[in-house]
Amino acid sequence: MNTQILLSAQTLDIQSCIDWIMSHESGGIDVFIGTVRNSTKGKKVLRLDFEAYEPMAISEMNKIVAWAFERWPVQKILIHHRTGLLQVGEVPVVIAVSAAHRDAAFDACRYIIDTLKQTVPIWKKESFEDGDVWVAAHP
Amino acid sequence: MKINILAFGVAKEIFGSSEVSLEMTNDATISNLKYLLEQQYPRLKQLSSYMLAVNNEYALPGDTIHERDEIAIIPPVSGG
Repeated sequence: MNTQILLSAQTLDIQSCIDWIMSHESGGIDVFIGTVRNSTKGKKVLRLDFEAYEPMAISEMNKIVAWAFERWPVQKILIHHRTGLLQVGEVPVVIAVSAAHRDAAFDACRYIIDTLKQTVPIWKKESFEDGDVWVAAHP
Repeated sequence: MKINILAFGVAKEIFGSSEVSLEMTNDATISNLKYLLEQQYPRLKQLSSYMLAVNNEYALPGDTIHERDEIAIIPPVSGG
């Protein structure tokens, strides 16, 4: 298997992501780790709540992965994404890509996170001291 | 035909529920459905944008809806 896609309500295990992506055929791996930031536009963020339309989110992540394999000479791709409540400093997303040469790994990893943010049906609600906001919902 | 629409994120708050039902004609399209939804839930028009999905695929305005399709409203996504 050259692909691993996971939506999980449990803490993501970064080391197991790296262990899965490493191989003797690879010249390098590229890992993107998203983390929950403590502020948005100067306002203190208390926590984030992630919700996914799970079957479609998995299907859209598979499409992104298929396109990345078509476009770059990469060997393995992993996407793990959280659902549920996350505190500041926790990890909502891990993307890992292995390739024989680093350019492909960097480019594919960048493409995967950028596209995931545009097309995969996952939503986050930011909680502030004065209320909650669904990110990007309103202009 | 009766269709059910799944709602997520801010759409769930606008509907006040994670699923709503609507009665539509048999040849209804995605744009007919958008029109009906916006009549019943005018706050949808305040969103930056939103899409509808049919059977886990983003749908186009002219796509026809069939009974038992799984339909979902997809407000602006914000994963990652």
